[in-house]
Amino acid sequence: MEVRIDKVRKEFDRFAALHDVSLDIRSGELIALLGPSGSGKTTLLRLIAGLERPTNGKIFFGEEDASDKTVQERNIGFVFQHYALFRHMTVLENISFGLKVRPKETRPASADIRRKALELLDFVQLSGLDKRYPNQLSGGQRQRVALARALAIEPRVLLLDEPFGALDAQVRRELRRWLREVHDRTGHTTVFVTHDQEEALELADRLCVMSQGRIEQVGTPDEVYDRPTSPFVFNFIGESSELAVTAENKELWIGGRAIGLPSDGFEGQGRLFFRPHDVDLVEGDAALAGVVISSRRVGGTRRVELAIGGDAQKIEIDLPFDHPAGERSRLAFRPKRWRLFPTAEVHQKVP
Amino acid sequence: MANRYPSATSESRPVQWLLIAICLAFMALFLVLPLYAVFSEALRQGLGAFFSSLQSPDAQSAIRLTLTVAVIAVPLNVVFGICAAWAIAKYEFKGKALLITLIDLPFSISPVIAGLVYVLLFGAGSFLGPWLKSYGIEVLFAVPGIVLATIFVTFPFVARELIPLMQDQGTGDEEAALSLGASGWQTFMRVTLPNIRWGLLYGVLLCNARAMGEFGAVAVVSGKIRGQTTTMPLQVEMLYNEYNATAAFALASLLALLALVTLVLKSLLEWRFSDELAATNGGH
Repeated sequence: MEVRIDKVRKEFDRFAALHDVSLDIRSGELIALLGPSGSGKTTLLRLIAGLERPTNGKIFFGEEDASDKTVQERNIGFVFQHYALFRHMTVLENISFGLKVRPKETRPASADIRRKALELLDFVQLSGLDKRYPNQLSGGQRQRVALARALAIEPRVLLLDEPFGALDAQVRRELRRWLREVHDRTGHTTVFVTHDQEEALELADRLCVMSQGRIEQVGTPDEVYDRPTSPFVFNFIGESSELAVTAENKELWIGGRAIGLPSDGFEGQGRLFFRPHDVDLVEGDAALAGVVISSRRVGGTRRVELAIGGDAQKIEIDLPFDHPAGERSRLAFRPKRWRLFPTAEVHQKVP
Repeated sequence: MANRYPSATSESRPVQWLLIAICLAFMALFLVLPLYAVFSEALRQGLGAFFSSLQSPDAQSAIRLTLTVAVIAVPLNVVFGICAAWAIAKYEFKGKALLITLIDLPFSISPVIAGLVYVLLFGAGSFLGPWLKSYGIEVLFAVPGIVLATIFVTFPFVARELIPLMQDQGTGDEEAALSLGASGWQTFMRVTLPNIRWGLLYGVLLCNARAMGEFGAVAVVSGKIRGQTTTMPLQVEMLYNEYNATAAFALASLLALLALVTLVLKSLLEWRFSDELAATNGGH
């Protein structure tokens, strides 16, 4: 099922949580809505679900305009951060709930409901726990039950709101891999919300990076990581180093020194962004050169903090931990990949 | 000496015993002794006199009226309590703080004043009283007045019990049920109500006990017409004023019994469903 979000705006008490957002979700893909808190990602998910109504704009499920449909009519599967399992029901009753509440004409026979629920329990690898109550399960198990419950109604779209947010790191990683498997086996169009970039990069086919109620960039994890289109995405996804530069005579300058990078037609003040690990050490003058302020080993790499230029802008670069340059007091380097943004654009920073 | 205080917050043995003794003595003096007095006084002239005084027409009428009032007032307050708790816990609206304060009003106001309010509203000098009377409806000094006063006095019980419970539970479960295709009614019956049923039961028991035991507000509006508008507490007082101690205490013991049954019922349910109770209250 394709989902098309067309210029959707959502206001709460006149405060705009989403500003005219448009997004095409492809059939069968696993897409992550990624952003800091307050970016509008959960609001967007709840709008797709029908748990909220847009102030403006439309949402299409395939060709069908779903904007005015209720959450029940949309037939979506929703998984909540805090599971929202029905605590007075057993695991099996939880999973079969969606089928049991159907009107008589479309409700399967109770034996079929039971069989299907047991199948799903098996599918989420919790066979034998059918008679347990939710509070007798671990967090990871509860979230598996919640997913089985959502899958039972054969949803057109699967929506997950920070599904691993309440779990500890070990279980998170395990469930992440497992969710990817589930998605590959069932082929549901899946949208999940997360603030954890590692989770999004590892799990999703595509990322939709959001900030302050707007979509910043949509693309595959590699595209978003390698070619961020805005300073916000550069800062938010992965690590970044940032320098104030001047573009003049087709070159970039810091404090009157050319740094050996072309300006690509840009003139004026700008900010240069690059990844700390994506650099080459070089010898010579026409490069970024700085005084080493600190140098410490972090696992398999050495993180070196440098002060660059006359006003000693501080940036970080990564070297292999056993690189001899780690001992030096002065380093020169060149970013392998970089991006230049005009200064005016750099007003958004990660909070 | 090192083990004298097992932890920073536990007192020495003598202090513990002293506290427990004070507690028990207090309970014996103020709870057990009066109860014992009520039952012993009721049975002083033997079981025969006890039962015959309960079978007098006036006593029978008082018992009937008390049950009637409770049967009307308690369900109405259950409906109102659930509505109020739902609105307060699940919606944001203007005047919410005021509503919460107003729900507590019957607790903070003297029951006599609650009764007087209805005298002012429906009395001979009021606007509503004569108008209703012209249609043949008597409110004051009749059963409707007693029911109204009882509802007023007992309406916080269910709502008070449910509001914190529902606020704590939030709307996640309801959203989950709706997303699975349940209608609003199905969601309420299958998810919301089971989630609050223990709080609701407790509220109903308290509400019922108060509805049957209310004296002050009912005394003002009832007019104490013997055999017609006297509830059990009023009848007890009237009998006592007439120095008919046995009959007074017989009826009083029935009221006391009600309180005891309520407590036993509650403990029994808690014991019987303790597993489920733990499961329901065990949080997410």
